[in-house]
Amino acid sequence: MSVLPARFVNIGERTNVTGSAGFKRMILDDDYNAALLVARDQVENGAQILDVNMDEGMLNGVVAITRFLNLIGSEPDICRIPVMVDSSDWSVIEAGLRCLQGKPIANSISLKDGEELFLEKARIIQRYGAAMVVMAFDEEGQAETAERKVAITTRAYRLLVDGVGYPPEDIIFDPNVFAIATGIPEHDDYGRAFIEATREIRRTLPHVQVSGGVSNLSFSFRGNEPVRQAIHAVFLYHAIPAGLSMAIVNAGRLPVYDDIPVELRERAEDAVLNLRPDAGERLLEVAEKYRDPAEGVQRDPAWRKGDVKDRIVHALVHGIADHVVDDTEEARQVADRPLDVIEGPLMDGMQVVGDLFGSGRMFLPQVVKSARVMKRAVAHLEPFMDADRAGSPTKRKGAGKIVIATVKGDVHDIGKNIVSVVLRCNDYEVIDLGVMVPASDILDRAETEGADIIGLSGLITPSLEEMRRVAREMQRRGLDLPLLIGGATTSKLHTAVKIATEYVGPVTHVTDASRAVGVVRTLLSPTARDGFLVDQHGEHQKLRAAARRGSPAVTRLTLAEARENAAQIDWRDHQTPPPSFLGVRNLMDISITDLEARIDWRPFFQTWELAGRFPDLLYDSDVGVAARQLFEDANAMLSVLKQDTRVAPSAVFGFWPAKCDGDDIRLFSDAKRERPLDVIHTLRQQRRHSQSDRPNLALADFIAPAGDHVGCFTVTAGSGIELLAAEHETGGDDYGAILVKALGDRLAEAAAEWLHERIRREYWGYVPNEDFTNEDLIAERYRGIRPAPGYPACPDHTEKRTIFRLLDVEKTIGVMLTESCAMRPASSVSGYYFAHTDARYFGLGRIGPDQLADYALRKGWSIEEAAHWLAANLDDDASVIDATLVPASGDGVT
Amino acid sequence: MTKNRASKLRKATERRILVLDGATGTAVQARNLSEADFRGERFIKNRVDLAGNNDVLSLTRPDVVRDIHKAYLAAGADIVETNTFTATSISQADYGLPEIAREINLRAAMIAKEATAEAEGEDPTKPRFVAGVVGPTNKTASISPEVDDPAFRDVTFEDLRLSYGEAVAGLLDGGVDILMVETVFDTLNAKAALFAIDEVFERRGDRVPIMISGTITDRSGRTLSGQTTEAFWNSVRHARPFSIGLNCALGPEDLRQYIADMGAVADCLVTAHPNAGLPNAFGGYDETPRAMAAHIGEWARSGLVNVVGGCCGTTPEHIGAIAKAIDGVAPRALPVISRRMRLSGLEPFELPA
Repeated sequence: MSVLPARFVNIGERTNVTGSAGFKRMILDDDYNAALLVARDQVENGAQILDVNMDEGMLNGVVAITRFLNLIGSEPDICRIPVMVDSSDWSVIEAGLRCLQGKPIANSISLKDGEELFLEKARIIQRYGAAMVVMAFDEEGQAETAERKVAITTRAYRLLVDGVGYPPEDIIFDPNVFAIATGIPEHDDYGRAFIEATREIRRTLPHVQVSGGVSNLSFSFRGNEPVRQAIHAVFLYHAIPAGLSMAIVNAGRLPVYDDIPVELRERAEDAVLNLRPDAGERLLEVAEKYRDPAEGVQRDPAWRKGDVKDRIVHALVHGIADHVVDDTEEARQVADRPLDVIEGPLMDGMQVVGDLFGSGRMFLPQVVKSARVMKRAVAHLEPFMDADRAGSPTKRKGAGKIVIATVKGDVHDIGKNIVSVVLRCNDYEVIDLGVMVPASDILDRAETEGADIIGLSGLITPSLEEMRRVAREMQRRGLDLPLLIGGATTSKLHTAVKIATEYVGPVTHVTDASRAVGVVRTLLSPTARDGFLVDQHGEHQKLRAAARRGSPAVTRLTLAEARENAAQIDWRDHQTPPPSFLGVRNLMDISITDLEARIDWRPFFQTWELAGRFPDLLYDSDVGVAARQLFEDANAMLSVLKQDTRVAPSAVFGFWPAKCDGDDIRLFSDAKRERPLDVIHTLRQQRRHSQSDRPNLALADFIAPAGDHVGCFTVTAGSGIELLAAEHETGGDDYGAILVKALGDRLAEAAAEWLHERIRREYWGYVPNEDFTNEDLIAERYRGIRPAPGYPACPDHTEKRTIFRLLDVEKTIGVMLTESCAMRPASSVSGYYFAHTDARYFGLGRIGPDQLADYALRKGWSIEEAAHWLAANLDDDASVIDATLVPASGDGVT
Repeated sequence: MTKNRASKLRKATERRILVLDGATGTAVQARNLSEADFRGERFIKNRVDLAGNNDVLSLTRPDVVRDIHKAYLAAGADIVETNTFTATSISQADYGLPEIAREINLRAAMIAKEATAEAEGEDPTKPRFVAGVVGPTNKTASISPEVDDPAFRDVTFEDLRLSYGEAVAGLLDGGVDILMVETVFDTLNAKAALFAIDEVFERRGDRVPIMISGTITDRSGRTLSGQTTEAFWNSVRHARPFSIGLNCALGPEDLRQYIADMGAVADCLVTAHPNAGLPNAFGGYDETPRAMAAHIGEWARSGLVNVVGGCCGTTPEHIGAIAKAIDGVAPRALPVISRRMRLSGLEPFELPA
């Protein structure tokens, strides 16, 4: 500060996201502790006023400034000086003023939107007890010449002081600093105009102060700090005597005027004061010579300066893997045994992560990233621990042991993998048996390992039946350890009514991964366990009673009545043209670039338990930071997928002549519909609608009895997804593995959406001129549907076998069906195409025994077999209630 | 308040040092009221005990409140303070009665006005004024109550603004001559009160003088929220107060230097109403009327004050003694303060001219 006159006010300007990339990163990364250090640093280095600016598109400015100023308010060393609340957004200024007990400065307002708004804002600022910056900006725009700068500020002064009695000593005028030496002759005078206007304002408008954003001046030289600082020093050397009383400038870095090399100083002076027409060019000529060669070398962030324990904790909390091996090694060298590093700083860090997660201040993707850092650190220590063990055998005893698996017939494991990671983070030993694991394997392993808990996961409805089998088997073996149930189609109701009744041990439904730790901790706690189980038992009893009471028999139509009320489609108006070809085609190597724009990101964020509308959630005050980081990681991973030739989405689809026959759709191999090919069996809604005009739908209603067409398809993100995920897992990167799988699911869905559009426009071609945005597509504003077996309109998963037979899916694109009719690879979607204008998605709901018997007959099944596959849609079953609530979007993956 | 009363008040302050009343809480305690007195008929079923909620007495035992005012007026107080220290929806929420905040303020103002009108009737040469008390509430807007979450706030500026706006409207409807934002331990709370007051003034198209009184909580010389006397003044002077001062927490001996500091920077009247010493081991106050009056008499003679009175532990006897001690002493003369930009954080910052 010694370089500037004492009467010049030093405003700390590093706590400004528009002026400091480092500060911006801290705020975007939610690293407010580091941001506070910046503020403290400013005060310690002599800042007399602290400028705080949160104007960044990715930030909610109101939330960010409130949080930061509240934090500052708790730091007496920082908040001893006044704050300048700096924003172009009035609501952010107000939010800032509401946090400050002192007298701050509001920066800024102007006459840009007219006198009325200007005076109103001035009045409110005064009511908050703040001084204010007024820009030389009016209805015509920003003042560029000295004359206009003076004219606008004078007008503002008269309005404020003479008009409404505003105290002139609380006014700071900012006559606008603009960039010079831009190559545009009109810009050459900006420096001089500012200085001249300042002189005139101070002379004619009593008691006011003048300020300016000096760094704008040298904007053309960004990247060349020595030249920028020279320009600033020269400018201040002339502007301060003219009356500039403060400026937002990093004064600590300013060179002393006399210390600037003469050549640079003179040329900067010529440009700042506009002393010759070629001043800009002449400054540019010499600028390169003064560039700092060290510039661009990245300095270590502040957290790297802490002691090794703090660095490890920071790395874990922020999911930064870059230095963790070095830091772990450093910690190991001073530790007695390598195990101490795990039990010391690493577990301490994970404890912090667990606490932050538990209190809702960290989110799933961040925790999974923390786990990756932890894994890397442990991997580094393992060889040392093995060596150590040779001397003194030690085995860490964790908080508990959990055997976890996706049940037989099911391949979906993203949720299960997230739960595993989160549990491991919390010091539980997790034995993950993978997917499609038979009951006997799960239970054998649990017994040999002496597991404390078994966890089951599954996504498709047949898995619900498989989970019941596992529970029955546990009962038969006389086990008593707790059983956890999780996965998209599972529910508390189904768990209470169908699974807990099979097994006397504790059975708990876990709604999402973030709950898993709490449930496991409770179940393994000698003190909390009993109370929890008593409560759960009571809750299960209530749910069972409610399920019994809620039996909807009375509100149901008979199958005959429901068929009477089928959709009445006027086939005379049926304008659907025949498809452009009949039979089967496939598309290999679909470009990921084509699919990207079709990705529906919402379910992706749901996978990571980040709820909210996309893209709004990226800027949400709670989850925004986590969501943005995840989104960046996901897009980076998409780039990896694009480059990996093994990742090749593909599709197979076909069209056949068809006609409706009751609730079945008959497919033919010829256009005359004489040679039967196959049958699609559909199910009909039996609920009694409150509005009498609503039909009881079956998909067959959308096919004309006299002759029509139907399509089938299967798309997959391909087996490359699972290969790549496995590679990440092997490399200790669970985060990457889960990310790949979650993206695989999104790509399969996007491929289904992309293909459906091509079907509509070309392959079937019933809407050749369709033009929708991706949002329209996600909102399904188009004509025709693509329902998927296993989802609400057609819940019978076995109907996929028909599709797979018709398209020869396994041979063409390598997708297989498990015994529960889950598709493998899991990132696949299969379904039908219906083209009629009236075709729409719906939920089947519960069916009666009459339809069950009828359907069994049509499928050639026993009643028991039918009941097994349609369990979710039968009375006394809980899951149907949830199934009907699922939006009828016909997804295959979810 | 009519222009007439405001100018009467100003005129009075030009001629002499005015006397505020003393403690209300101490006076209520001395009457040994029961829970039933606080509840009255009206709050008989209130789920929270009301004993200690002195402000509710304006509704349930108005006679007690009126008697206290009368005792202070008889002792020589020029200004009595309404019994509304905790009469905001925020503070009353502790008693499960947030909805009666406006009503308490209105009734308390009316009781005090009745008492002063009566006193003026008895001696028309001595005008008496009612200051509507706006208390600090039981929450702080600039301090986190959560040790591990310093960004957390129990109450926001907006919560306070709304709650204060309601209370102030009640006081003004009841006819108070002055508004007194007092016992300010967190300046942000006070700024919210001043914001609300300005809004209410604008809505009503009328203003009354504003008195502001902060609290230096200990010998560090700072408010609870950490501001120095001058920083506090810089934070609230935009409200163009009729007076600024300090009350509560300290006894006269410790308070003197901060009153002097305030007087040096503030270009409005200065008030002081200290406690009757520091609380003793039993929570009582030991400074006698005579000792306290001696201190305050000295302040008056040193030209430090314009308005004096008492806070916790003071009684009509204290106020009587103080009134006697300052009788005939000239009030503090207002200093001429140059126009400068004066900002503050916890500490003041003055820009060069």
